[in-house]
Amino acid sequence: MADVTDQTFESEVMKSATPVLVDFWAVWCGPCQVQGPIVEEVAAAVGEKAKVVKLNVDENPVHAQKFGVMSIPTLMIFKGGTVVKQFIGVTSKDVLVSELTKLIS
Amino acid sequence: MMYDVVIIGSGPAGYTAALYTSRAFLKTLILSGLVPGGQLTTTTEVDNFPGFPKGILGSQLVMDMKTQTERFGTEIRNSVVSSVSKSPDGTFILTTDGGEVRTKTVIIATGASAMYLGLPSEEKLRGKGVSACATCDGFFFRGKVVVVIGGGDTAMEEATFLTKFSPKVTIIHRRDEFRASAIMLDRAKKDPRIAFLTNKIVEEIVGETEVTGIRLKDAKTGEVIEYPTQGVFLAIGHKPNTEFLKGFVDLDPKGYVVVTRAASPLSPQTETAVPGVFAAGDCVDPRYRQAIVAAGQGCMAAMDAEKYIETHGTENHA
Ligand SMILES: Cc1cc2nc3c(=O)[nH]c(=O)nc-3n(C[C@H](O)[C@H](O)[C@H](O)COP(=O)(O)OP(=O)(O)OC[C@H]3O[C@@H](n4cnc5c(N)ncnc54)[C@H](O)[C@@H]3O)c2cc1C
Repeated sequence: MADVTDQTFESEVMKSATPVLVDFWAVWCGPCQVQGPIVEEVAAAVGEKAKVVKLNVDENPVHAQKFGVMSIPTLMIFKGGTVVKQFIGVTSKDVLVSELTKLIS
Repeated sequence: MMYDVVIIGSGPAGYTAALYTSRAFLKTLILSGLVPGGQLTTTTEVDNFPGFPKGILGSQLVMDMKTQTERFGTEIRNSVVSSVSKSPDGTFILTTDGGEVRTKTVIIATGASAMYLGLPSEEKLRGKGVSACATCDGFFFRGKVVVVIGGGDTAMEEATFLTKFSPKVTIIHRRDEFRASAIMLDRAKKDPRIAFLTNKIVEEIVGETEVTGIRLKDAKTGEVIEYPTQGVFLAIGHKPNTEFLKGFVDLDPKGYVVVTRAASPLSPQTETAVPGVFAAGDCVDPRYRQAIVAAGQGCMAAMDAEKYIETHGTENHA
């Protein structure tokens, strides 16, 4: 699964033609270790119709701060450059896939 | 399909139960719920689970437990159970967000979650400055002023941990006596970065898109103040995750699942009021609340379920 950084966020997420699920995570965060594999499964389930990426908040503080991330894992779904949905805490594959599917036109 | 054992919850109790039932060749499914791995995923180092002389990360410990159950054929789904019922043939039906599941026995291992105050403002600002887990979220409060609500050991521990990031941590407690142990309280009191505000009841958490303060009412004088803060950490205890079981098994007034604890040590100790339904871990245990105890009870519940299937097996239309 692709990583996005403070440098690539604009092009990869904000300007993406498809909806993007961003997983804000960090190495030291226990629940994030649980969320990681779930997000991988989401990526496999939605295929090409949506983008699934992760952002390491330690290495990319600018965007974590910009979107007010104060707890991880936080998952945000972006469409057309805006946040349309946000989840705080470990979130199940079913929920994420169904929210993404709703946005896939 | 009919499972032999369905385990609700994937903490140490659930994984240990699954390890035993799947090693006994019982068809086992774990429904792991919203916190796969359970409470240990929210902590850092675990130093009191035997077998790890150097300690082990909580999340690593539960991931290893998961791998171990899978080695013996346990199936795991990330589903949340919303209700359980008994069907006329004596088997059970679980309703989950991923459809219905049928089983001969159920092990409830749903653990506990941090308690919230129940204020709408708190709900609105959750993850936006309101947190119940300092080890998870402390990082985002570097250089920010925070408060910890509570008067027990958890509150002291969270406050001490938060001083790694925050220049000033205030412990707010609704009484002037503390439940915390003398050592923990003393350590917090000696820390110049930790302040105390006692006899204060939280009325509201203030802020639109993030926390800017907290409104407190004095328990004695009734005076209301607004105390500026950028973070509110709750440490007011835990409650068992058993809401969805109301009316199915017996719960005590605090919501803990009541198990038989039969007088004869040779009888099952983990059976609930409903035969064939067993419970283990923090959802039955207001007292010990330790991973090793949850694991131990998970083992007991598995062995009780195994025995139940042996004696009732022929009655079920599997
Ligand atoms: C910050 C912190 C630090 C701790 N440190 C230690 C320590 O160092 N040593 C120690 O021994 N103990 C420690 N503990 C306590 C320990 O974590 C618990 O005693 C233990 O996790 C209890 O295990 P459990 O299996 O009963 O439940 P939990 O670990 O609470 O797991 C419950 C499981 O049930 C699932 N669930 C809940 N409701 C549903 C539902 N409706 N449907 C499906 N699934 C559901 C959840 O998703 C979760 O997987 C700590 C706890 C905390 C919070």
